[in-house]
Amino acid sequence: MDAGLREPSFYFVKAIAILDNDGNRMLAKYYDDSFPTAKEQKEFEKNLFNKTHRANGEIIMFEGLTCVYKSNVDLFFYVVGSSMENELILASCLNAFYDSISEILRKNVEKRALLDNLDAVFLAADELCDGGIVLESDPHQIVQRVAIRNDDIPLGEQTMAKVLQSAKDQIKWSLLK
Amino acid sequence: MLSLKRDKKEEEEGGGNPFYNLEKSAVLQEARTLNDTPIDPRKCGHILTKLLYIINQGENIGQNEATKAFFAMTKLFQSNDPILRRLVYLGIKEMSKIAQDVIIVTSCLMKDMKGKEEFRGPAIRALCSVTDSTMLQSIQRYMDEAIMDKGPAVASAALVSALHLGKGSHEVVKRWVDAANAVATSENPMVEFHALCLLYHVLKNDKIALFKLVSKSRKFRSPYSYCLQIRIAAKLIEREDAGSNSELFDFIESCLRHKSEMVIYEAAQAIVQLKNTTAKDLAPAVSVLQLFCSSPKPTLRFAAVRTLNKVAIKHPAAVTACNLDLENLITDVNRSIATLAITTLLKTGNESSVDRLMKQISSFMSEISDEFKIVVVQGIRSLCSKFPRKHNVLMTFLAQMLRDEGGFDYKKEIVECIISTIEENPEAKEAGLAHLCEFIEDCEHTVLATKILHLLGREGPRTPTPSKYIRFIYNRVILENAAVRAAAVSAIAKFGAHCEDLMESCIVLLERCQLDSDDEVRDRATFYVNVLKQNQKPLSSAYILNGLQVSVVGLERALHQYTLEPTETEFDMKSVPLATQPLAEQKVRDVPGESASVKPSQDKVAASRQDVYQEQLAQVPELANLGTLFKSSRPLEVTESETEYYIQCVKHTFSNYIVFQFDCTNTLNDQLLENVTVDMEPAEGFEVSKSIPCVNLPYNKPGSTYTLVRLPSEPTQVTGTFACTLKFLVKDCDPQTGEPDDEGYDDEYVLEDVEVTVADHVQRVMKPNFAASWEEVGPENELEDTYSLSTMNTLEEAIKNIIQYIGLQPCERSDKVPEGKSSHTLYLAGVFRGGHDALVRAKLALDSSGVTMQLTVRSTDPNVSEVLATAVA
Repeated sequence: MDAGLREPSFYFVKAIAILDNDGNRMLAKYYDDSFPTAKEQKEFEKNLFNKTHRANGEIIMFEGLTCVYKSNVDLFFYVVGSSMENELILASCLNAFYDSISEILRKNVEKRALLDNLDAVFLAADELCDGGIVLESDPHQIVQRVAIRNDDIPLGEQTMAKVLQSAKDQIKWSLLK
Repeated sequence: MLSLKRDKKEEEEGGGNPFYNLEKSAVLQEARTLNDTPIDPRKCGHILTKLLYIINQGENIGQNEATKAFFAMTKLFQSNDPILRRLVYLGIKEMSKIAQDVIIVTSCLMKDMKGKEEFRGPAIRALCSVTDSTMLQSIQRYMDEAIMDKGPAVASAALVSALHLGKGSHEVVKRWVDAANAVATSENPMVEFHALCLLYHVLKNDKIALFKLVSKSRKFRSPYSYCLQIRIAAKLIEREDAGSNSELFDFIESCLRHKSEMVIYEAAQAIVQLKNTTAKDLAPAVSVLQLFCSSPKPTLRFAAVRTLNKVAIKHPAAVTACNLDLENLITDVNRSIATLAITTLLKTGNESSVDRLMKQISSFMSEISDEFKIVVVQGIRSLCSKFPRKHNVLMTFLAQMLRDEGGFDYKKEIVECIISTIEENPEAKEAGLAHLCEFIEDCEHTVLATKILHLLGREGPRTPTPSKYIRFIYNRVILENAAVRAAAVSAIAKFGAHCEDLMESCIVLLERCQLDSDDEVRDRATFYVNVLKQNQKPLSSAYILNGLQVSVVGLERALHQYTLEPTETEFDMKSVPLATQPLAEQKVRDVPGESASVKPSQDKVAASRQDVYQEQLAQVPELANLGTLFKSSRPLEVTESETEYYIQCVKHTFSNYIVFQFDCTNTLNDQLLENVTVDMEPAEGFEVSKSIPCVNLPYNKPGSTYTLVRLPSEPTQVTGTFACTLKFLVKDCDPQTGEPDDEGYDDEYVLEDVEVTVADHVQRVMKPNFAASWEEVGPENELEDTYSLSTMNTLEEAIKNIIQYIGLQPCERSDKVPEGKSSHTLYLAGVFRGGHDALVRAKLALDSSGVTMQLTVRSTDPNVSEVLATAVA
């Protein structure tokens, strides 16, 4: 304790994760070697989930780390930092994380929607934090950078268009022949 | 239709997760189709997402497979679909650590980083993940441009990537200092923050430059920048040892009034962690934290309590003002917050608030988990030692907790807390024992029951009314399992041995136990009945009250040796090494809430240290037949630790010899020492009989040399001072290869003197019942003398010195002086070399001229008494 202040650090975040309501990993990113192997990471996530999925607390001291969390329907969002880290910084990251995902999923933050948009979710996580340094803390900026086609054609129609297109192509080819 | 069906099946299995149960090989197989033309962005995007998913799940992908997938992925640069391109970047970053030849994508990424706005940032980050140091030159210019780019996403990406490229290498990151300086005043908060990170990273070892960086007091846009700036400033203050009058401190203090809570908290945290702060400096920080305590946001409350908890360790007074707010947090729904609030309160609470605090805690004890309860008990334990006068309230509370539901760990913690309070505070003894008696009436944990019975046996007989405990103990004999019954039998025997008027009844009880169904219980009962019936004080003291004091490992070894060589002589108990008192007396109570982690293990190591030395010495043929090792001293440094040769000395005492073991370390990498010995100038009466050299001593490999000294034949002559010189042959050698020259030269090195003191001849032994041992040894060889210790100003100091000179074990906690007493009696016990019991009673009185001591020594050998009586003089 009296070893003095720790070296000033701008690597605020140790890990971010999204777990489902069984504690399974949807997405997890570790930015340092606190948990070097996949096994240790999953173990940590399981324990963390068990501690947090019932308590509605937002923040917990866990295994010597500070974890802030937020849940909705069947998803749990976590941001993990050192036990000395400024909790409010972690909370700001969590908010950016959650809000950007929420915007991407059009406020429909649940597992099914998340899995349907997993590509965009991966990209958002990548834009949030790079190697432990917070890259962007404004959710709108994150969403903008993910550049998701917000005016996406619904899936059904899209396949229709595709079918039509290929039919057209085939007719064209057969005519050319 | 088919796909619909499949979807349904998946839904059942994986909870609607289309990625559930993805086969790694299948995904990798699919990844090959990324090569197909024309590129279907949607399909490829899906494949890439699957790939990213399995990587994210922690699947291990082999290098070959990864490389194949990686190359297939590079084909996707032909498509201009933005999402697909971004997924490719992500894929590149993930695969760059596992695949080979990732450098192949450099040119594609370089093109993108100059291309469309939306690709540039991510392309830079992907590029930096595949770049190695040889390529730095070629990308430097582009990075410079990117950092100064007007798009914040690009600039941030470039700055952060530059930091990662460095991976701590100062030289690499330095290239971009100018560019970072240029954007440090950027309009965009994140760019500003990232530029500051980079500047700090480069300048972090340059104190003056850092000072400049921080003292340029300007307005930042990002709260993160403020936080980093505060951290740097705090570190600088600490490094400079500057106090609150430095301008950096003013900067931190001004941040307490910032509009962002994040910055306010960072500043408060920094201030409370600084070392040279006065109560006045702390006050504004503490009041900010106090405000946070009543915030509706759990994170803010958590942060505030965690920091207050830290302040409470060093400045409990400063936190007292927040006690009311903290008390409100005890019932917080968030357990972490409540725990921290409790431990903080227990640290800051004053004597008058104890009652109220206990009441509050008890109101919610039933709602919390065992883990948390243990933290509370630890807090109470420290309260008990802090406010001994409050033992009544605290004990009652603990007793209440004992009666409630709870697991073993929790109960154990409470029992230990009560026991330590009993030991520290004689006034709490009776109440504590009564609570424990009640507890064992209904205790399902054998370990705890035996522990308590043992304690009752030790402490009970010395209370004013010992008889009342016997009922509780005897009840155990009737109702419990064998282990508890055996412990109860031992406890009853101790009552019988100590209290004459109870002996008759105890014998009756024990005789009943002789009919027990368990062997051990019957054996114990029979043994105790017979010993008690002899009605001899020394006998009961030796066999009932104080028990065996040999090292179990040593006894096992000695008995094994004895059975190997059949002899006519009886087994000699004195040849068995004594149990070394584990040197854990000064057991540091860990601060509650700081998580008990490193407590055990220490005792074990200390206990077996001597056994380790015994083994070690037995390896040296010249020293093998000295008999059993009586005592090994702690290592003593005979050189300064920073010198050419670093040497520690350990003194091993045998019955007629002392072995000096010198553990040497050669700290010169250009020297090889050979034939290293320590030449000792013996004190009068001592005789150096042998010295065993250390054959060679290369750089940084410790080696030992031994000197064997015969003790004087005159039994009372035991102390002396030895002048030591290290003698050796030096061979210069190559620092790199360690190859020595052929020729060497003799050299010597003067070491500090080694002293042999009385303490080297005695082994500490704990006598749980000192009075009984005192009677057991008897007044036959008693010596008494009075000394005036004029240099000592307090009893504690005198006691510390006496223990150090005589080297015996303080018994019955007599090394602790109750507060405000001017006289005290110290009881010391041990065994002198050769196996003679040695007991010392020192009556101390404090007056204006110093400490006066009446020292009484009893021993089984007259010479020993004489040696000990003169030890202090």
